[in-house]
Amino acid sequence: MSLEQEPEPSTLLAAPAVTQFVGAAEPILDEGPPSPIRLFLRKRGSGGAADKAFAALMLLCGLSIFAIVIFIFSILVVRSKLSIAQFGLHFFTHSDWDPVSGDFGTLATSLLALVMAVPLAMGVAIFLTELCPMKLRAPISFVTELLAAIPSVVYGLWAVFVLVPLMRDQFGTFLVKYLGWTGFFDGFNFGEGLLTASIILAIMILPVISSITRDIMLAVPNSQREAVLALGATRWEMIRTGVLRNARIGIVGAVILGLGRALGETMAVTMVIGNHPNISKSLFAPGYTLASVIANEFSEATGDLYLSALIEIGLALFLVTIVVNAIARALVWAVTRGAPARIG
Amino acid sequence: MSTNAFHTPPPNGEGEMRAPMDFQSRRMRLNSAWRYAVNHAVTGLAVLSTLLVVAPLVAILIYLVYMGSSSLNLAFFTKIPAPVGETGGGMANAILGSGIVLGLCSVMGIPVGIAAGVYLAEFGRGKALASAIRFTADVLNGVPSIVMGIAIYSLIVMRQQHFSAFAGGVALAIMMVPTITRTTEEMLATVPHAIREAALGLGVPKWRTVLSVSLKTASPGIITGCMLAFARVAGETAPLLFTAFGNQFWSFRLNEPIAALPLQIYVYAMSPYDEWHRLAWAGSLVLIVMIMVAVTLVRIYASRGVLKGAS
Repeated sequence: MSLEQEPEPSTLLAAPAVTQFVGAAEPILDEGPPSPIRLFLRKRGSGGAADKAFAALMLLCGLSIFAIVIFIFSILVVRSKLSIAQFGLHFFTHSDWDPVSGDFGTLATSLLALVMAVPLAMGVAIFLTELCPMKLRAPISFVTELLAAIPSVVYGLWAVFVLVPLMRDQFGTFLVKYLGWTGFFDGFNFGEGLLTASIILAIMILPVISSITRDIMLAVPNSQREAVLALGATRWEMIRTGVLRNARIGIVGAVILGLGRALGETMAVTMVIGNHPNISKSLFAPGYTLASVIANEFSEATGDLYLSALIEIGLALFLVTIVVNAIARALVWAVTRGAPARIG
Repeated sequence: MSTNAFHTPPPNGEGEMRAPMDFQSRRMRLNSAWRYAVNHAVTGLAVLSTLLVVAPLVAILIYLVYMGSSSLNLAFFTKIPAPVGETGGGMANAILGSGIVLGLCSVMGIPVGIAAGVYLAEFGRGKALASAIRFTADVLNGVPSIVMGIAIYSLIVMRQQHFSAFAGGVALAIMMVPTITRTTEEMLATVPHAIREAALGLGVPKWRTVLSVSLKTASPGIITGCMLAFARVAGETAPLLFTAFGNQFWSFRLNEPIAALPLQIYVYAMSPYDEWHRLAWAGSLVLIVMIMVAVTLVRIYASRGVLKGAS
């Protein structure tokens, strides 16, 4: 490094530099010989040009993130022009070619997954931040984050060979026997279907929701907890009034983030949802999600129109997840003040 | 934020508040018994839910190791897939293909991601533009991977008229950038200002300060971020479906379809052949072991790193 090679000049010349700065800054350049420190800086280069170039390069890379978003949006719009022109925006409300069942399946599986995952994730976050002994805290949060590191295709594989037979043979018959009267469990139970997809989705979004909720609950100041405890509250009352109430905005954000994940999850869902355009009240019925339509039909998309319709589905998925994530991030940021939520 | 926690009226109601509270009254005792019961119930529920969350992980891992290890052999690492009906065969080309695609995406994604993080932490403090980039990165992080795949398909594959390893690499690189940007920024923010000021005060140019002081101090954390992003994209299947596409044979060229481990697992899992199911399990085990080894190594490395002492 240049620092070690030339330490002397800067120390030697400290005094003249000070006197110069005490005087006027600009005129000295014109009068008399340049100061020794200026000579030194000129010799080794002040790095002004290099600094500017470096800053510009970094800025460029920063701006590339905007560029990525804009480019994804524009390329999807351009390539799906054909289908937008053909079907217009009624595309998602008519069922001629049937992406409607994709809408329905996406919403149904995502919401069902949220219903299953949110209470569990809350429980985990509460346990980890408020109840858990310090020794257990690190290993358990490590395990929950490990859940996030498992690739979705492996979840899918497990679901196909373990969860589907389980749903078909044991759990499914149990549901039909005790909850069959609700009408949600009619029809033949293949094991594959909306319910199975929702369960695997719930398992997959759990770590996302619980780790962000945990971060948010940790951001609640301890004085809140102490104040409530000092009034004689039990631990649960402390958690409810002191922690959950203060963190509620961020928790809503975490849940919406989980929703964003669930909406776009592709592989595991494609593998177990049954892939059949179908809108049915029964949770055993095979269905479709937006992402699984794309994954499943892409290889058989022959005509230009077919292809551009699939790309339009991708565009819709992109816009929906952008909006959902923007709302969620804004809520999470409101609580954690810009600290990033850590995933993975 | 602090005052709104106590909007609920006290449980005894307004009337009793005037008289001094009698803690021995029957009502108070019942009330407190109820409160403690609720407290214990909630504690129990929290523990139960934690167990319920850990259970599937353990179940998946045990089943995976059981199924995978029984079908893992040397051929898996040395042979390409056998034709339908023949036993044997492996996924050597898929492992190599994954390596090529991941190397490609790391080369493209890591420098851009780190540089963007450097901009946010070192040059953009307090600027509106930086906040906007930060927000966009977080939002981009949540865009489904299949959308990335279909966008790259539209851009590269449709133009070139064929699937390619290069397209797969670009799709994964785009997924890596936002994650790496945010972790880099987070890690650079933990570097104490005094170190930067010391370097700048000695006359070191800003770019040199950033490269040799800030980035070097934060390097363990940044490496962790890169490895986590790497582990995330290593298991991605959806963006590769229409970019790298998969290949049953050896392929080394970047402009040809190439096999990848997650893709191969997907194809085999959805096939009707037992032999292929066996290979899918083995492939999953290999994939997950590689990812977990990476993540765990990084955790150990990061916990011993410079930042541990600094923060």
